[in-house]
Formats: sequence, structure tokens, C-alpha cells
Amino acid sequence: MQMPSPDTAVLINKEHILARLRAVLPADCVIDDERETKAYECDALSAYRCPPLAVVLPRTTEEVAAVLKTCYDLSVPVVPRGSGTSLAGGALPTEDSVILGVSRLNAVLETDYDNRFIRVQTGRTNLSVSGAVEENGFFYAPDPSSQLACAIAGNIAMNSGGAHCLKYGVTSNNLMGVRMVSMEGEILDIGGAHLDAEGLDLLGVICGSEGQFGVVTEATLRILHKPEGARPVLIGFDSNEVAGACVSDIIKAGVLPVAIEFMDRPCIRATDDFSGAGYPDCEALLIIEVEGSDDEIKEQLDKITKIARTHNPVELREAGSAEEAARIWLGRKSAFGAMGQLNDYMCLDGTIPVTELPYVLRRIGEMSREFGLDVGNVFHAGDGNMHPLILYNANKPGDLETCEAFGAEILKLCVEVGGCLTGEHGVGIEKRDLMDFQFNAEDLEAQMRIKDVFDPKWLLNPAKVFPLKHTEDRRKNRVQFAAHAAE
Amino acid sequence: MHPKDETELCEILSEAQDPVRISGGDTRSDFSIDGNGLSTLGLSGIVDYVPGALTMVARTGTPLSEIQSVLAAEGQQLAFEPSDYKSVLNRSGTSTIGGVFATNSSGARRIQCGAARDFLLGVRFVDGQGKLIKNGGRVMKNVTGYDLVKLMAGSWGTLGVMSEVSFKVLPAPGKTASLLLETRNHKVAVAAMAAALGSPYDVSGAAYLPGSGACMIRVEGFEKSVAHRLNGLQGRLKEFGKIELLYDQEAKSRWEDLRCLSPFCDVSGDLWRISVKPSDGPKVYEKAAFTKGFYDWAGGLIWGIAEPDVDPRLALNGVGGHATRVRGAAREIAKFHPPSKAIAAINAAIRKRFDPKGILNRGLMG
Repeated sequence: MQMPSPDTAVLINKEHILARLRAVLPADCVIDDERETKAYECDALSAYRCPPLAVVLPRTTEEVAAVLKTCYDLSVPVVPRGSGTSLAGGALPTEDSVILGVSRLNAVLETDYDNRFIRVQTGRTNLSVSGAVEENGFFYAPDPSSQLACAIAGNIAMNSGGAHCLKYGVTSNNLMGVRMVSMEGEILDIGGAHLDAEGLDLLGVICGSEGQFGVVTEATLRILHKPEGARPVLIGFDSNEVAGACVSDIIKAGVLPVAIEFMDRPCIRATDDFSGAGYPDCEALLIIEVEGSDDEIKEQLDKITKIARTHNPVELREAGSAEEAARIWLGRKSAFGAMGQLNDYMCLDGTIPVTELPYVLRRIGEMSREFGLDVGNVFHAGDGNMHPLILYNANKPGDLETCEAFGAEILKLCVEVGGCLTGEHGVGIEKRDLMDFQFNAEDLEAQMRIKDVFDPKWLLNPAKVFPLKHTEDRRKNRVQFAAHAAE
Repeated sequence: MHPKDETELCEILSEAQDPVRISGGDTRSDFSIDGNGLSTLGLSGIVDYVPGALTMVARTGTPLSEIQSVLAAEGQQLAFEPSDYKSVLNRSGTSTIGGVFATNSSGARRIQCGAARDFLLGVRFVDGQGKLIKNGGRVMKNVTGYDLVKLMAGSWGTLGVMSEVSFKVLPAPGKTASLLLETRNHKVAVAAMAAALGSPYDVSGAAYLPGSGACMIRVEGFEKSVAHRLNGLQGRLKEFGKIELLYDQEAKSRWEDLRCLSPFCDVSGDLWRISVKPSDGPKVYEKAAFTKGFYDWAGGLIWGIAEPDVDPRLALNGVGGHATRVRGAAREIAKFHPPSKAIAAINAAIRKRFDPKGILNRGLMG
């Protein structure tokens, strides 16, 4: 993975930059000791590391604005960071960048049950947003697997999803408003407690912009009342094709489960060995969860099991109690840990049209043999978001490179069958160089035009999302480019 | 101009020097803007529909009615219930799917499942220089690159002419029922709707018609679910007023009336659409001095008729939200809500980059 060579003008100017940052922030908000900045050298894509020039941890929106204005004036790149849980390298620093962490901005500013929203500072973790409204029976719907640690800021940057988005949508469907600081230090309020945008849907394009448009410090999020109950059913099949057909039939029958999770044989075997969940010995496993009152749950599960029976399942297990429900979820929830016990793994995130599921799984199996690396598949089947886990040995020379090459082929396959490179993790640096495979130059140029508007000097997270060759002019001649754009 | 395919559309826009007025079925805009007509009706047809994946791809000039009947044959629907302006704008054309998304038109179910923009998965569009651009795709989860799909939804043709859209569809509900609560007090109605939405009963519509004093709460789904939820809601809402229950067609027809803005079809005056925080609804409604109106989205969307010399936007002073004049002659009061200076500058800069010649629906959206 190539990163641009650092701007030597910035490196030489380090002491001056630090002095200017210290002039606008309290002393404990600026970190430049190499032992401390090391903690920010990577995110959850830990194969790539680079300590930043400095780290700033402001406490208020105004302090964020002061940092950004200072960096803008001095033309210093800024990498925004939530909790650093990105699997795509979204928060990976460069040597010439300042990491702007929002972790100290973690307050709940307003909860309004009558109007069903919560306003929080974005350093707050995803799970603690639900935690803040739980006592009153409410929750915040998007639930990425990292929800215990990940920050709302990162969720907004990557437009995070989760297991339950088949019913509740992803971050952008649950985000009502933001307070965002532009690279020039201007504080913008977009959206709020009312629905839908006035004028262009800037909120829609800010969500998922991977920290390249501004730093979001506050968010107004939609909250929902919790359902009365939820219950899963586990169904095993003797082929991936049949399991895929069953998913399609359930959806066609008008049932909309809250989650449909799919695991293939390698993954079933690994998770069962690891967790002792007692999964059946079969080729494909579905875990389908429905919500509502007892009667509602029964009505939906009856329809689902009736459809499933027409596909001759090898096992059909309805949860009769909370313990049985937990046991059904146990293996799925420990799938990543189970695979991690077998070996190091890389987690992919492509999305495919659900009808292509059997073909794609078959091809992944063939490629697994070609590349000589094992792979397990666990994914959100209702929406086609796959998470192939490729096993490799980080200590074996060349294994990481083989794994990355295999991963790239899987993602290209996702695009070929009509899907996309990333469903919920984001592009970051991980999928940056594959963007040409999904988009042509015109498509990418259209996207970069939006960044030109929000960040004319290309200082915010500049080496991410787009292949470097497309952004080179903008990054290298940033001052001239911005001046030209302003005309 | 009637392009028959994307190539023709690209040629037209790459050569055009004069303003272009874009239309689909011409059923949604009451805007007298200058420009040579450019119709999308020649770009018609469903390209792909996979009921088991809940996705459809269609060219933008495809009639909405065609899409709805193809979906209905599979027991599916456009869940966001696009509004129908034909009666209030006195139009006879046929709405197109492109127009629905270009205007981000969403009805009562928006509070439960999202707006048109939340269902749009992918777009192909031609910008003001004649360049074909694609964004998004036909899968439900996609964060590959920036989300220009949302930006295009509700941009009223000002950034480009959409040629193809892909979107998510949902199962149509088996049963529909409404709980009808009678009250003359706007605040009581909004409080009742907040209580309904703050319950676990998955309410799919909450509207209040002050004229008849009818507050309507809708539930949809399988038979037992509907019965269970109605029962639960009755328990929660009985303190707010007298309750009556409506089922199936009797319930559906009232929501269909709201979708078509039937309360206003023979009423003259300017028609306004205001989005606010629901609990601010009654205050805004009163200050706006509407002669007739109703609330949707549990109080968060106000439709109202105002005299031509009245500016209901004044009612939003000190309150968040925005107002659009859906019908009314051109004059000083802007049709689209004027954004703050900073946001207006961003909007103008984006627009300039997608339409440097300034030819696409010039004069629309500020």
C-alpha cells in the first residue's frame, strides 16, 4: 500500500506548527511526544502504521475550529479520528499530518422522546448512545459490530451499518443533523430535529465522506422505541444455493425479518469448535431474527419455517427461551473471534445482489484453492453484504500479500456481479486502489468535485478513498489548486 | 427536446448554451422557469426487477403507475408513498419515477421507513456539460465513495438530468387499520401522535386534520400484528379523546386522500409545505395563519393554504425547519427555503461544478 511522500515543508515547520496549535488550545490538548503519538499510528487495519506529526484532542467545537483554521493557514494535512476502529485505514496518519481526535467530545446534549431524537457530541461511542436512552425504552438502531468502542464521528464518516439494517437502515438513514467544522474553521449547522433537507441534501453526502469534508462534532440522531421482543430461528441447509433460495423466498413472501445472517461450512465448523454453540453439521446456516410481541413473533416465524420446510432443511431450530435464543446467536457473535483463533485473518466487506450469492460463494471457494488460503464466509444475507474472512499467517513472508491479492479478487468479483467494493466499512486506504475497478474517471471526478467545494486545499484525510494518481495534482499543488477553484 | 437514450441526452447537454427546463410528467412543479423544454419521457422502461432482492432499476421517464403495477403484481410497493400533486396543481400528466426522486417526494410512511432519498440506491445522470456520471448501485448496502445518490435526490434537476435510478422496494402490508382519535386541540393531537410513535407498535402513519378534528394513527402488517398493535395503542391513547377504529379500504382511502392532497383540491390560495420538529407544529401552524391545512409526520410536516400576501416562513423565526411553496404565483417570497449564507455558498459552489454553464433549471432552488 503506497502512501504519498510527506510534505517536507510541513516536517521542517514542525516546531512552528506546534507552537501555533498550543497558542489556540489548552496545554494538555496537544501531544507531540513520540512515545505518546505512537498510540495513534494506526487504526484497526493494523498492518499499516505511521506516527503522525502531532495529535490534538480538543474538548469543544470551538477548539476544533481553532485547530482546523490553524492547519488551514499553515497548509498542514489533518486526519480526523473517532475511536480508531476503522477496518479500512480511515484514520491512518501520514508523517506530515495532525491527528484530530474527537474522543473528549462525548457528552449527551439533548434527549427528546416526544420528538424521538438525541443530540450528542460525536466522540461518544455508538453503544453508549443507546445506553443513554435505554431506561426509557428507546434505542439507536445502527449497530456495527464494533459498537462498544466505535465513535459516532466514525459511524458518520463511514456511514456504518450493522446486523439490523435490513429493517432499520444504516447511519445515513438515522442521521437528522450535524454540526460540522470546515477545514477553514467555519462552524456549519446542517439539518436538525426536523426531517429532510432544505435545498441540496448536504447531510446525505457528508455522511460517508470518510472525514474528507469536515469534522463533525455534534450529531442529531433518530431514536426508536424498542420492540416488545425478538426471537431467532436457526435453519441448516445442505447447500449454499438452497439457503440462498430460501432467503429470497422469505423476502418475496412479504416477511421482513430484522436480521438474516448466513454462515458457510468453514465458518460453521470454526465457530462451533470455538463456542460450543451446537450448530448442525451442514453446508450453510441461516439465523433469522424477527421482532414484536409473542403473537407477532409466532406469526412471522410460522411463515418463515413454512417456507424453509419447502427447501428441505437439515435442521430447523426455533428458540423456545431466552437461553436458546442466546445459544443460537452465540456462534455467530463469536465468528470473528473463532476465525481469529485459527489464524490471522483479513475481513472483507463487499456487497452483492442477493441472487448472486450461490455463484459468488462457489467462486470464492475456487479462488481459495488457487491462492492456497482458507476462507470462511459470514454475512448479512438479507442485504447481500458479505464478510469473507481470509485466513493467513502474518509471520510467514509473503502471506499478507497473497491474502491482499486474494481479497482484491473477491472484491472485483463483487463488482462484476453487480455489487460494490464496500458495504459498511468504507474505502479508506484498503480499497482505495480498487476504486478504478468500480468507477470510471468521470465518476471519480464527479465525487472529487464535492471535496473541492468543502476542502479546496485537499488537507482533510487527503490520501484516502481515491487512487493517488487521481488526486496527485490536487494534493501537490494544493495552494494553487484552491486559488484556481475560488475563481 | 426528447432524448431517447443517454447518448442523446449527453449530446443535448454538451451542446446546450441556453437554459434548459427539465420535466418528467410535469406533475410536480409549479415553477415558471425559463428554458428550452427537455423531457425525460423518452427514457422509459423498467430495466431490472428482482423481487427476492427487493430492488428495481428503471429509466427515469418510466411512469410511476407502471412501476406501481409491476410491484403490486409481486405484492411489493414503494414504501415511502410519493405524494401526488396533480389535483392541487391541476395537472393531468403521468408522474415519472425520475420526478419522484428528483423532488424527494415522500408521504405518510416517511416517519416509519424513510424518505424517497433513503430508498434510492443508485443513479446514472448527465451533468450540465453532458458528462454521464454513475454513483451508487443496485445493492442495499454500499459505502463505496461519496454518496452522490442522496445529493441527487431532491436536487430538482439542478445538478444533472437523471437517466436511470435503482431503488429499494418493500413488501406491501397485508392488513391496514387506523385508529381515529377525535380532538379539536392541535396540541393534544400532536401529543397523542408522539405517544403513539413513542410506543413499540410500529406506527406507519400519524396525521391530524384540524378541520374535522380527526387524528389518525396507522398500523400495517400481518393480521394478528395489526390487531395486537391497535389494542396496545388504544390503551395508550384513550386518555386523549374518543377513539374509533377503521379497517382495510375505509382506513386506506383516508391515507390515499392525504397522499393526493385531496383536502386542498378545490381550495384556492398558496399551498405551503413546512417541515418542523413535531412538537413545534401547533405553534408554527397557528402563527402561519393558514386558512386550511393538516399535519402529517406526527406533526412534523404541515401542509397549509395561505393568502398570497402572507409569508408563513415568518412562523419559523426562532424555530428550526424549512418551508416550501408548492403552489403560488412567482413573486418576492421565495418558493424554496432560503438557506443560511454559509450553506447557500456551498450549494452554489456544488451547483457551479456540476453545471458550469448555469443552464439546468436555472432559477430553481435559489
